Amino acid sequence: MIKTKSLKNIVVAGVAAFLLLAATPVWAGDATAVKIGNFTFGPQEVKIKAGTTINWTNEDDIPHTIVSPNNFRSKVLDTDGTYSFTFTTPGTYTYFCSLHPHMTGTIVVEAATGSIAPPQ
Amino acid sequence: MAERDEGLSRRKILECMTWAGTGVLWTIAGGVPTSLGIIDEAVAARQKGFTFLQISDSHMGFDKPANPNAKGTLEEAIARVKALPVKPSFMIHTGDISHLSKPSEFDDAERIISQARLDVHYVPGEHDLLDEEQGKLYRDRYGRGTKGAGWYSFDADGVHFIGLVNVVDLKAGGLGNLGDEQLEWLEDDVKGRSASQPIVVFAHIPLWTIYPDWGWGTQDGARALGYLKKFGSVTVLNGHIHQVMQKVEGNVTFHTARSTAFPQPPPGSAPSPGPMKVPEDKLRAMLGIASVTFKQNEQRLAIIDTSLQG
Repeated sequence: MIKTKSLKNIVVAGVAAFLLLAATPVWAGDATAVKIGNFTFGPQEVKIKAGTTINWTNEDDIPHTIVSPNNFRSKVLDTDGTYSFTFTTPGTYTYFCSLHPHMTGTIVVEAATGSIAPPQ
Repeated sequence: MAERDEGLSRRKILECMTWAGTGVLWTIAGGVPTSLGIIDEAVAARQKGFTFLQISDSHMGFDKPANPNAKGTLEEAIARVKALPVKPSFMIHTGDISHLSKPSEFDDAERIISQARLDVHYVPGEHDLLDEEQGKLYRDRYGRGTKGAGWYSFDADGVHFIGLVNVVDLKAGGLGNLGDEQLEWLEDDVKGRSASQPIVVFAHIPLWTIYPDWGWGTQDGARALGYLKKFGSVTVLNGHIHQVMQKVEGNVTFHTARSTAFPQPPPGSAPSPGPMKVPEDKLRAMLGIASVTFKQNEQRLAIIDTSLQG
């Protein structure tokens, strides 16, 4: 468990670093993938430019949903099911699976112009 | 597990215990085709009381490698129920009737379960509330006479049964949830009842915390149990985790039933609680139903689980 978690953190950090390096408006309107596997959203936190679409894909053998109260709510995603949402407004969006609420994720949306804030 | 029931242990009884001072005997037996003959005997041996069955997590529509034929295993389980020599009084279903809340899945469940020719008291699992209107389909089919999202109570043979819904309005990062409205109803429902009346509470997600990392618990479950403190005999029957688990705490016995569809791993034993693929010849050992016999004037509570495999 712990090993998996630290590995995941490295992946998250890697993705964040990659996004940071590539932080130019060219990302606006692009798509980024979030995989659902082993009852986790991966990467758990994604930073994007406004206008980016996130595509979630459920790779588990059990259905999941993607719900951010008052922001977006997917239908139920069976195995291989997908859901997309385009983030146009900057802000921090937390979401979870309404079937398995211990599954949570965050999408940080930066203004399309300007630079992504340095990592905390 | 306080004590083995000597008379029945050789018949694959996993759990038995003394229930001091309550004057009731419960027998919970999980069974599948091959082993139900055994259960028949156990049930028949206790026939002075009344018997009801618990069935859980049918997951109609599930067709993944862990069990490509969930319909078939439900049919097997119901066939054994039908074969019981003594007809149970009724059945409770502790949720996840369907896998994706599709009308066809509810139809399949109804077609198969109704073959048992028993009244069925349902509570929903999270898989039953996945329609567009988040549970309208369930409530239209199963919710008649219930309150709120589908909770209710009834009496049978002196026992007070309470069906709770803890799969609605779940919060990010949280566990199962009953909510204020239901808890207030529960407090009122049990108020004024004699402390000697046996209580059976059934809900989908375990009311006790089994493994929060996997969401296996109910965040306000303790409040519900608080309202039941005065009762000498409280039995809590849940599903959701697709395996038998039991705990006794004071006057409360907690018990989870097997699924008829697919097994899930023991807490923390796998990267996630997803469906557990086991060799085909092992599957039926991990599926089952439960039979509960209630007997007046016996100071014992025996919980028996038998797998579907002989």
